[in-house]
Amino acid sequence: MGTTFCWLGRRSHILCWRQKDVAKAWRLISWRREWRHPRKMLLNQLEAVAAIPARYDDNVDLRGGRADAQSWMNFRAFPWFGMDIGGTLVKLVYFEPKDITAEEEQEEVENLKSIRKYLTSNTAYGKTGIRDVHLELKNLTMCGRKGNLHFIRFPSCAMHRFIQMGSEKNFSSLHTTLCATGGGAFKFEEDFRMIADLQLHKLDELDCLIQGLLYVDSVGFNGKPECYYFENPTNPELCQKKPYCLDNPYPMLLVNMGSGVSILAVYSKDNYKRVTGTSLGGGTFLGLCCLLTGCETFEEALEMAAKGDSTNVDKLVKDIYGGDYERFGLQGSAVASSFGNMMSKEKRDSISKEDLARATLVTITNNIGSIARMCALNENIDRVVFVGNFLRINMVSMKLLAYAMDFWSKGQLKALFLEHEGYFGAVGALLELFKMTDDQ
Amino acid sequence: MGGGPAGRGRWQGRRAGRGPRRAQRFGPCSPRPPAHCPSGLVVRGPSARRLAVAARLQLPEGAARPERSMPGIVVPPGEARRSSDSRGSSAGSGRIPAAEGWLPRPAGALAPVSGVGTRTGGSCSSGRGKPGWAALSAAQGPERRRPLGPSRSPASAGPALGRWRFGGVSTAWTWTSRPPPASGQAPGPPVAYREPPRARTRPASAPPATRRRAGGCLALPPSLPACPSRPTAPLMPVPRALTAQQPRCWTVLPHGRPAPQHPAFTGGSLTKLAYYSTVQHKVAKVRSFDHSGKDAEQDHEPPYEISVQEEVTARLHFVKFENTYIEACLDFIKDHLVNTETKVIQATGGGAYKFKDLIEEKLRLKVDKEDVMTCLIKGCNFVLKNIPHEAFVYQKDSDPEFRFQTNHPNIFPYLLVNIGSGVSIVKVETEDRFEWIGGSSIGGGTFWGLGALLTKTKKFDELLHLASKGHHTNVDMLVQDIYGGAHETLGLSGNLIASSFGKSATADREFSKEDMAKSLLHMISNDIGQLACLYARLHCLDRVYFGGFFIRGHPVTMRTITYSINFFSKGEVQALFLRHEGYLGAIGAFLKGAEQDNPNQYSWGENYAGSSGLRSSPPEPCPSQRTRGGAFDLLEMDRLERPLVNLPLLLDPSSYVPDTVDLTDDALARKYWLSCFEEALDGVVKRAVASQPGSVDAAERAEKFRQKYWNKLQTLRHQPFAYGTLTVRSLLDTREHCLNEFSFPDPYSKVKQRENGVALKCFQRVIRSLDALGWEERQLALVKGLLAGNVFDWGAKAVSDVLESDPQFGFEEAKRKLQERPWLVDSYSKWLQRLKGPPHKCALIFADNSGVDVILGVFPFVRELLSRGTEVILACNSGPALNDVTYSESLIVAERIAAMDPVIHSALREERLLLMQTGSSSPCLDLSRLDKGLAMLVRERGADLVVIEGMGRAVHTNYYASLRCESLKLAVIKNSWLAERLGGRLFSVIFKYEVPAE
Repeated sequence: MGTTFCWLGRRSHILCWRQKDVAKAWRLISWRREWRHPRKMLLNQLEAVAAIPARYDDNVDLRGGRADAQSWMNFRAFPWFGMDIGGTLVKLVYFEPKDITAEEEQEEVENLKSIRKYLTSNTAYGKTGIRDVHLELKNLTMCGRKGNLHFIRFPSCAMHRFIQMGSEKNFSSLHTTLCATGGGAFKFEEDFRMIADLQLHKLDELDCLIQGLLYVDSVGFNGKPECYYFENPTNPELCQKKPYCLDNPYPMLLVNMGSGVSILAVYSKDNYKRVTGTSLGGGTFLGLCCLLTGCETFEEALEMAAKGDSTNVDKLVKDIYGGDYERFGLQGSAVASSFGNMMSKEKRDSISKEDLARATLVTITNNIGSIARMCALNENIDRVVFVGNFLRINMVSMKLLAYAMDFWSKGQLKALFLEHEGYFGAVGALLELFKMTDDQ
Repeated sequence: MGGGPAGRGRWQGRRAGRGPRRAQRFGPCSPRPPAHCPSGLVVRGPSARRLAVAARLQLPEGAARPERSMPGIVVPPGEARRSSDSRGSSAGSGRIPAAEGWLPRPAGALAPVSGVGTRTGGSCSSGRGKPGWAALSAAQGPERRRPLGPSRSPASAGPALGRWRFGGVSTAWTWTSRPPPASGQAPGPPVAYREPPRARTRPASAPPATRRRAGGCLALPPSLPACPSRPTAPLMPVPRALTAQQPRCWTVLPHGRPAPQHPAFTGGSLTKLAYYSTVQHKVAKVRSFDHSGKDAEQDHEPPYEISVQEEVTARLHFVKFENTYIEACLDFIKDHLVNTETKVIQATGGGAYKFKDLIEEKLRLKVDKEDVMTCLIKGCNFVLKNIPHEAFVYQKDSDPEFRFQTNHPNIFPYLLVNIGSGVSIVKVETEDRFEWIGGSSIGGGTFWGLGALLTKTKKFDELLHLASKGHHTNVDMLVQDIYGGAHETLGLSGNLIASSFGKSATADREFSKEDMAKSLLHMISNDIGQLACLYARLHCLDRVYFGGFFIRGHPVTMRTITYSINFFSKGEVQALFLRHEGYLGAIGAFLKGAEQDNPNQYSWGENYAGSSGLRSSPPEPCPSQRTRGGAFDLLEMDRLERPLVNLPLLLDPSSYVPDTVDLTDDALARKYWLSCFEEALDGVVKRAVASQPGSVDAAERAEKFRQKYWNKLQTLRHQPFAYGTLTVRSLLDTREHCLNEFSFPDPYSKVKQRENGVALKCFQRVIRSLDALGWEERQLALVKGLLAGNVFDWGAKAVSDVLESDPQFGFEEAKRKLQERPWLVDSYSKWLQRLKGPPHKCALIFADNSGVDVILGVFPFVRELLSRGTEVILACNSGPALNDVTYSESLIVAERIAAMDPVIHSALREERLLLMQTGSSSPCLDLSRLDKGLAMLVRERGADLVVIEGMGRAVHTNYYASLRCESLKLAVIKNSWLAERLGGRLFSVIFKYEVPAE
């Protein structure tokens, strides 16, 4: 508590505020986004409180002056993090303010400074943490501040180390609120509190996903469009990545491919439903690849997959029918049975790891594609947006999905992809941080 | 049984030395030579070369491949090769025991046939149980050391071959037996020869492993009887009551999957062969005497004569064998097509494409490739229409696990999900209209292929077995793994799989095979279930039938699929499975090929005696039991003489269930009835023997019948669902089918004849005494007469005991046995009231027993109805069952009565009394499967009263049947257990008169 007010430097002022006044002040701030600097605003506002217009009604139920004052302070309190703790990966977005005034710099506590420096000057953290530099959103204005949005990920199994680090660095002294979503937000909440003395603000995964997606799409990818599709998906030579304008995105089928897969039908900003999901997702791909090829990482698995040939592993229509199966209009090259050739011992013995990895990738991808297609048909939606970290550096799957959507729907369905594949949940969580105090 | 006699001579000659001992050990018909004298089979002629070729084939591991580890089968590597080496040498001892392996019945008799040159003529008289068969079957070699299903045993193959009668001589299959070294009679090979240095016998070109497997698979017959329905009928030759048959339609169905010879395929898949045969049955015929002498009756002569005749009926056979044996199978077909006119062979399945050239080259027949899906659906429609209780729902934790669906008259539309290597989803709208609406590549092949990679387990069944022991939670990432304990507060089920195999990506440890197999099974089943639900929803269908080798009766997969469907559809979609799912393609292809025969216009009935039932036991690790993935079982469908239809008077055909008690459901009743049938078996056997006093082998056949039926009963004890819903009716029908199979077409014919004679003599006296009564008394007397007559039921143990011990037991004694009014169920007053009203227009009466029942009970009743101005249709069984009166007997009886009674006489002449057949040969009555002619007549005459008489027809079945017209169900409860259950005592009376609600 003390730290917070030290940082603000105006402890006595705050304490003398009534809770209603706090709320009103906060509302005013949120309405006047041009007031970027909380401290300046605060100083101004301390005088302005008395002049808050009457239209801000006083019916807002607040818990208590102190707590509220704290959360209000925290709203602006850096660092700004959004976290999505999934089954396999933790996605972390960090907003690095670039418009720090000298005064601020001066007052910035050591802790905060070191966090900022650590995160922005490295691209890898520990053994497994990685900053996706290429995804960085530059010169972004968020909540009145200008800065860069950094995208960081590390495996969920490193979560405990992360919490430990938070504890060691005395993260709790920053009195920041950690907005987190994903299952891990629930799973690790206790650990955050016990070990690092941090209170997690838990958020719904799917809400965050949609909000994050809409936000990132609206700000664009450093001037480039966030959303894209593949032109001529059925022709490998002419297949090209093309930007797609997602200004009017509704309705869309949102397929989130993480460890598992969730499929949502989104009708508006906050009207969506989870249609279905499947357990055959990125986790399955990596899990099977690890078991089949002995690889250890997603990158390794994908690298192998890129080199392999799944037709050695899969049984194709032509393997069974000698050619196309005209009765059903199936091409001879269509996969009749994934891993079907592996029923034979000779082939099992002669198959390469690369082929196995490729087959696993193709199998999982095709399956997701076909479920997504069925859902799109059932929901009568023709735009299917694929997101999730399964698509990270995974051109094979993206092209395959684009192909499958186009081919099986005879061009009716469009597969869309986004540059920041897996980070939307975390971005959504960060956005919640800004909204949070508003709601309270 | 072409060429039987000569063959026998030769065979007996060759094997004389071993005869007695084998007889001692295994009985005269035993095909099993002692274990220590491996009678080898020498390959001669071109076949030897073929075998050598086959031995070099690269044969992959197959799910259904019989292993050398089967008990008693020891085939050293290179065995097959050796056999070819030994060509031309008298010492040749290559033991190729599997000649008959892939074609259960017919092949078994190949040796004798080819040994002597086949006679294709009419020498196919039944050779059941004749001593010759011992020698014949001896040729089968020593490979059969495990219990065999009766109809599969080599000896049974004899008659079966007779049924095939293709007429060719096969050099390829000239397996001849090598006399055992022990006998010292024949030039047995030196012992050393049997174990030659392996290296020497191996062809240098092939890697040892390959060759070994090839040898193994050639040398081994898939053990046919693994189906638990015929689990322990060891060495039972099944001399069926049939002799000759002409294959008319052929279907070869190398089914889509793996054929070892072709790199594109892997091993272990099945080819199904469907053929159509004409079967000669022995049937007891009745014929009136020429009544030249008027004193015939006074001399206590029977009222008619019985003769046993041969009758030809049609039967559909379906057998499965492994693709591994495709070449051998083709050879076999070729050799037996010589004298037939078949020019086209129907084939379907992916294999049809792959094997087309091979088939055409070998058989010189045009291969008519039939579309897989078309065939599958034709077959599916066929079984859904023709086999009662074909479809079932699988419920894991309920008892029984199988819940059979009654046949719905309208089967369309439905969704068929065929899970073979991949998955095909087809929407079927009508008989001929269907649409492939989707599919998935994640199917059985994925389970097998991926499972084999992950667990190093080669066989499909072993994979399933592993899966049934594993815990997927060790490998899968569950919701609770991601959410921790919070899932409860969030209302999530923590056990849901969030990511299949998700843990294997992160956890750095070894996973057990079982866990991985389980996880894989869940993954695939869930995926298929999800897709099926999505498609069902898209097309607004709520019935989904699952088929394909992934399902094929495996409880594990049925369970996971059912779970998945329920989960994803939230109970809106029903997952249904089919008992004969494995045959759908074969049936369909056959139907296509036989279109000129119009098989669809006939009705078909499952032959319980010749079909193996549904398995339920989870795959067992023991290779001799279950390695073949249900590879070999049989289905036989008898073509019924006439088409069967619903009785038009049924209130609601779609909800009509003939059987009163479902014994699969009612464990107590099941236990009782199974014991009851067990206890009665001795009597039936005795009766069967007594019915054929002139036959030398009657006792032997009866014993076999006893064995077979006993085994069926034991099977049903453990798997009540093996043949659909278990009911008293199905138990009775199975007994009839088994009796027929062993040429006891009508064990009660003599009894019926005698009783009819006795009763006819009393007829006039009974009529006179009835006529003497007043109207009201007469009505009661008539009903009592019907009931008393019904006491004469050889099917009821309590009665048959009385009848056996007291031949004088008569009509009057029976009347005295009856319960006094009020009866257990007594709506007589209502009936009497009704009789005071206007007469019925037309009454349909289902008669029960012959003798007193029909003559002194039913006919006086009929006579009364006739004199009231009611027309009467008297429906009797088409075929014999117990002592039930058959249609042909009823004709004679009616004729005799007409001679005595002018009322009956004129009614017959004026067609006010019509005798019809029901189309059934069961002691029970299924009103949804009645003769079409009868149904038409009922409609035509506007029947407004149905009288159902007897325990079998009115209590075991139809007790709760609702009709659209008045009905009278009457029976005497001749079973104290049942009586007690119903709240009465032995000889309680059921008199149930029902008027439909307006």
